[in-house]
Amino acid sequence: MTRYVMGRLVESVIVLVIMSFVIYALIGLMPGDPIDLMIQSDPRLTPADAARLRAVYGLDKPLVERYLHWATAALSGDFGHSRLYVRPVLEVMPDFLLNTFNLMGLTFVISIVIAVPVGVYAALRQHSAGDYAINLACFAGISVPIFWLALMLIILFAVLIPVLPASGVSSIGGGGFLDHARHLVLPVVTLTIFSVGSYTRFMRASTIEVMRQDYIRTAFAKGASRNRVVVRHALRNALLPVVTIIALSFGTLFSGALITETMFAYPGMGKLIYDSIMGNDFNMALVALLFATLVTLLANLAADIAYAWLDPRISYKSGGGSPR
Amino acid sequence: MNAAHHAMTRTGGAARGVWSLFFHRLGAHRLAVGSAVFLAVLGVLAFATPAIEAVLGVDANLVDLSQRFQGPSRAHLLGTDELGRDLAARLLYGGQVSLFVGLVAALASAVTGTVIGLLAGYYGGKLDALLMRLTDGVIALPLLPLLIVLAALDLEKLGLPESVVQDPNISLYRIIVIISLVGWTTVARLVRAAALSVREMDYVLAATAAGAGGPRIMAVHILPNVISPIIVASTLSVGNVILLESVLSFLGLGIQPPIASWGNMLTGAQELIWSSPELAFYPGMLIFVTVIAFNFLGDGLQDAMDPRAMEG
Repeated sequence: MTRYVMGRLVESVIVLVIMSFVIYALIGLMPGDPIDLMIQSDPRLTPADAARLRAVYGLDKPLVERYLHWATAALSGDFGHSRLYVRPVLEVMPDFLLNTFNLMGLTFVISIVIAVPVGVYAALRQHSAGDYAINLACFAGISVPIFWLALMLIILFAVLIPVLPASGVSSIGGGGFLDHARHLVLPVVTLTIFSVGSYTRFMRASTIEVMRQDYIRTAFAKGASRNRVVVRHALRNALLPVVTIIALSFGTLFSGALITETMFAYPGMGKLIYDSIMGNDFNMALVALLFATLVTLLANLAADIAYAWLDPRISYKSGGGSPR
Repeated sequence: MNAAHHAMTRTGGAARGVWSLFFHRLGAHRLAVGSAVFLAVLGVLAFATPAIEAVLGVDANLVDLSQRFQGPSRAHLLGTDELGRDLAARLLYGGQVSLFVGLVAALASAVTGTVIGLLAGYYGGKLDALLMRLTDGVIALPLLPLLIVLAALDLEKLGLPESVVQDPNISLYRIIVIISLVGWTTVARLVRAAALSVREMDYVLAATAAGAGGPRIMAVHILPNVISPIIVASTLSVGNVILLESVLSFLGLGIQPPIASWGNMLTGAQELIWSSPELAFYPGMLIFVTVIAFNFLGDGLQDAMDPRAMEG
């Protein structure tokens, strides 16, 4: 087990290092150039000054050399300054991180609380009208363009019936728990509609699969009540693959959060990434993107390890084989 | 009685032929049939837009500021947008773009995935390990932020010739390329799994003994075994591609105006939700209905092609 975990950990680190180089290289290919931006803000700069600045910042060096320079600094904790926020990038991130944690955490909990009972209900009444309706609703949730959903919710609840705030995390000057909570309602509802459909479908499929197993028939045969069979025998086993799939879909949830945050001007990691890419804030974009990649990799790793650990049927001896 | 019944349906199925059975079962999936009809109608309308414009006497790109924000009328079936352009015609052009991007990118992803999956599954060993690590790596990435970076790249810095960068349709090609770059993983895994199992079959051994090489075995023996899951996965991926295209276009990183796309029509409409919310309604509704139709169709195809469902 330890060997398996170590192997996967090393693998994740390698992916992260490769991605740091790829993202670094890609960001260098974005429109706009740090020196051009300086020239724009200071018209007295001559071409000679620009060339000198280029040399000072090492921008005339080849890509690999620049990357190694950045990586060395990064390893000692220096990730550079943010152009938009005029602070070290590591100081900028915590607030955004907390906001995203609130948004994604709440969405996650609400989605699970809805998806598990609804998925089990649909599975136990396969092909009934209720199952059919749930299936339709799931397809709707999976297929709706999330930015348009956000726009419709804003039109409904902030424009036509103005009961909820359409943007931000709190009113100007206002703090207070209730105020924060009111600002979270529309983003959380949007992201929940986006995620709950696929979770419910996973839960339904998993429950159907488990209910076909021999041990369920055995449990019925020895006279256990339907509720007992479902809760004690089926639910536990059905949840295992669902938990894994949900952890694996962390990246998807984060992508949804990025759109949600952008639509509701909610200052989280997704909006930070989008704004820094659009605002030529290269240091910020690089670190925020890498951080998102790191968390996604960790979620995947946790899913694999949890699966290998919880399910004794999975062999984790073969180093590379991921138990999916 | 039950077993006998099953046996009868099975022989009945064989006698009727695979295709007849397939269409019979797809037909039973009413949502899938309805979706196929809807998509066919949408496709015909979208690609006949120039003719429709001529018949109705409208022009999707004609700016007429004296005709801004008109309600539905005989001249403009759904009214006009913030620049006085005909909304219905623009929606149809948007459909053309979404369907084109969706189908082409899904096809390109399927081809890439098939090639990678075949190479990994058939040749195995180090190549397999390398390709599967690559697949796992791509799957593990946060997709949308990366697509945003890829969509924001400066093509001139990439070293593309000016004639390509200046092409009016470049935003269309670029979005197809970047979505295909990340969209091949599902098909690659499906094909690899199939190639792994088929590789060990006796008929493959027989083919090898008869002198067939790798490419022939892959094309003649492995591919036919995996074609139906590829079709299902690709149909489902068209919906996803359309969602990705629309959100990138909405963020200003996908299809660029003056080409109309459902996504970039919503960009303009977003600022006008206080005065004309209906402008934001139509394009999104069309994305929604089109994506759900592809998902229903994929679901129906899956049920119709799944050999395990034959038993039930």
